[in-house]
Amino acid sequence: MRPTREISRSPEPSGIGAFLSTTLGRLLVSLFVPAITFLVLYQVFIFLRDTQIPQWITAIIAILWGVGGVLALFTLSNYLIEQLGPTWRRRLIPFVFVGPALAILTWYLVLPTIRSFIASLYDARGINFVGLDNYIYAFTSQEMLQSYRNNFLFWMIFGTGMSVGFGLLIAVLVDRTHPVFETICKALIFMPMVISGVGASVIWKFIYEYRPTGSTQIGLLNGIVTALGFESQGWLLMQPWNNLFLVIIMVWLQTGYSMVILSAAIKGIPSDLLEAGRIDGANEFQIFRSIILPSIQGTLITVTTTIILFTLKIFDIVQSMTGGNFGTQVIANVQFVQLFRQVHNGRAAAIAIILLLAVLPVMYYNLRQFNKQTEAFR
Amino acid sequence: MTSTTLAAPRHRRRFRIGHVMVYVVMILITVLWITPTVGLLVSSFRPADDVKTSGWWTVVTNPENARFTLNNYRIVLGIPLPDRPVTSGTRVGMEVALINTLTVALPATIIPILIAAFAAYGFAWIDFPGRRPLFILVVAMLVVPLQISLVPILRDYVALGLGGTYLGVWLAHTGFGLPLAVYLLYNYISTIPRDIFESAFLDGATHFTIFTRLILPLSMPALASFAIFQFLWTWNDLLVALVFLGAEPRVQVVTQRLLSLLGQFGQEWHLLTAGAFISMIVPLIVFFSLQRFFVRGLMAGSVKG
Repeated sequence: MRPTREISRSPEPSGIGAFLSTTLGRLLVSLFVPAITFLVLYQVFIFLRDTQIPQWITAIIAILWGVGGVLALFTLSNYLIEQLGPTWRRRLIPFVFVGPALAILTWYLVLPTIRSFIASLYDARGINFVGLDNYIYAFTSQEMLQSYRNNFLFWMIFGTGMSVGFGLLIAVLVDRTHPVFETICKALIFMPMVISGVGASVIWKFIYEYRPTGSTQIGLLNGIVTALGFESQGWLLMQPWNNLFLVIIMVWLQTGYSMVILSAAIKGIPSDLLEAGRIDGANEFQIFRSIILPSIQGTLITVTTTIILFTLKIFDIVQSMTGGNFGTQVIANVQFVQLFRQVHNGRAAAIAIILLLAVLPVMYYNLRQFNKQTEAFR
Repeated sequence: MTSTTLAAPRHRRRFRIGHVMVYVVMILITVLWITPTVGLLVSSFRPADDVKTSGWWTVVTNPENARFTLNNYRIVLGIPLPDRPVTSGTRVGMEVALINTLTVALPATIIPILIAAFAAYGFAWIDFPGRRPLFILVVAMLVVPLQISLVPILRDYVALGLGGTYLGVWLAHTGFGLPLAVYLLYNYISTIPRDIFESAFLDGATHFTIFTRLILPLSMPALASFAIFQFLWTWNDLLVALVFLGAEPRVQVVTQRLLSLLGQFGQEWHLLTAGAFISMIVPLIVFFSLQRFFVRGLMAGSVKG
């Protein structure tokens, strides 16, 4: 990361240093250095891709190569531009800084939006133009209609409602307890947030597992149900309620998030405001409704929109719990299936476009709210 | 006078009962919330037969019959046991997946942060034509879900030979993480007071020197918050890994490994538990050791596309 310029600026160049400071020398160096850098980076890439050496060594080399490579490319492009005259230097330096980010964004997000749209008008292999066929599929096929129901009704409405509702309830309650107790409760409720969807699915398999009544239960829910004298249930097979059982996994993961953010907002309410309400004789419920709720309204909207976005793109819980079977299909999982099992690029692209259109208004609202809040934070 | 003295204790008593209720409800909720995780943790230390034939809660309800073992972890991590040697058929390979996940997650965290920090500085402190529209373009990309890029990028990766390579996955995570990273770091870097680097400019320092020597160290809190979030995101990611890393066990990450465990060893419950717990250890360590950076990263992460 050391700036190379300081070395070349050292006074009294002699020998190789003198040659390097001539125009010809500079030109040679500025061609030679990038060539070497690219060559080294490329060779290491090939080596890493094909190597059979112990895995942890490959891992270390790969990490160093990846991070170091990016640093080297930045330092190098800066070095090259510093060799130019002042006018060009001033013109090009901004692009050393913002260029890589713009290039990657263009490749990974800007162009794909256009390319996905084009691909959505072509057939499975992207060869023949099929017009709106893929969209007709996306709006009429049984699996997609089922996905809309599940995504919008179960995941978005129930899932978001429960996550935000529980989060708010816990945030309000925990605010009235001893700080140490509060910290412990919050940490434990928040903990699932850092668990992956797949990990959470394994955890919840031990809750929902079904064994016929009479045999020993290893799923907690059926353990409780049979202990109370009822029949054991195949929770993940009862349509359409199995969706709700999948949604509960997400609620378990996400409630901690809404709790932490809402709790921070509640702590931000001036205490004399609450005190004034209490002196005026308001009960706790009235205080909640007419003081707390209005004060945290903005945060509530951010949390809600964020979780809505999460539910619209839900994938890993469904993929690992049911694979989208038994009436639990969701949009992102259909796309994955179309992409890999059916190998139908046109349909996968059309579904992506629909997902974008579904996310767009929520994201716009979310961003606007986020903007207001970060301004308030400063 | 009398009415207030009468009212005060009643009010206080009601308040106290309410207070106890709050504690009771919170303890109930917290217990409810950690029960699933505790169940997994307990199960992961139980012998295979026990996991299959009795509920994990019997350890509490029937403690004299409880047995514990580390064998699940040994099997999952590829340590041979007398009755279960490591062969290609029984190999679970969680240790391989763990190293792979680190290889994916570390650069996929550092690279976007580095690129985003450069870009944030460029947008905040260097004047150039098109600066505002380009910045708006970056922020606008926040609305694009990553599903949009799966079809076209997969096509590119096949053409370029990047499919199934770490470089491909790093770049993908970088692309999907960049809009948020640039946006957040811009918010931070643009508020650094100008006079901090004014004198450096007067001394003839270049933007590059100022960035690496002054801005990067000053932005550490913001970089750390984003880093934690991006690290957890890449560590827990399933979709990007499935799409761009592919099915070859040599390169698979823990979430992929766990997913195929769910299918392949669907009946080997004891292996699932240990595998899942191993996949959670690193995120949990990050969470408990860096909690104070976490909330800020969380506020930040709320707009991930």
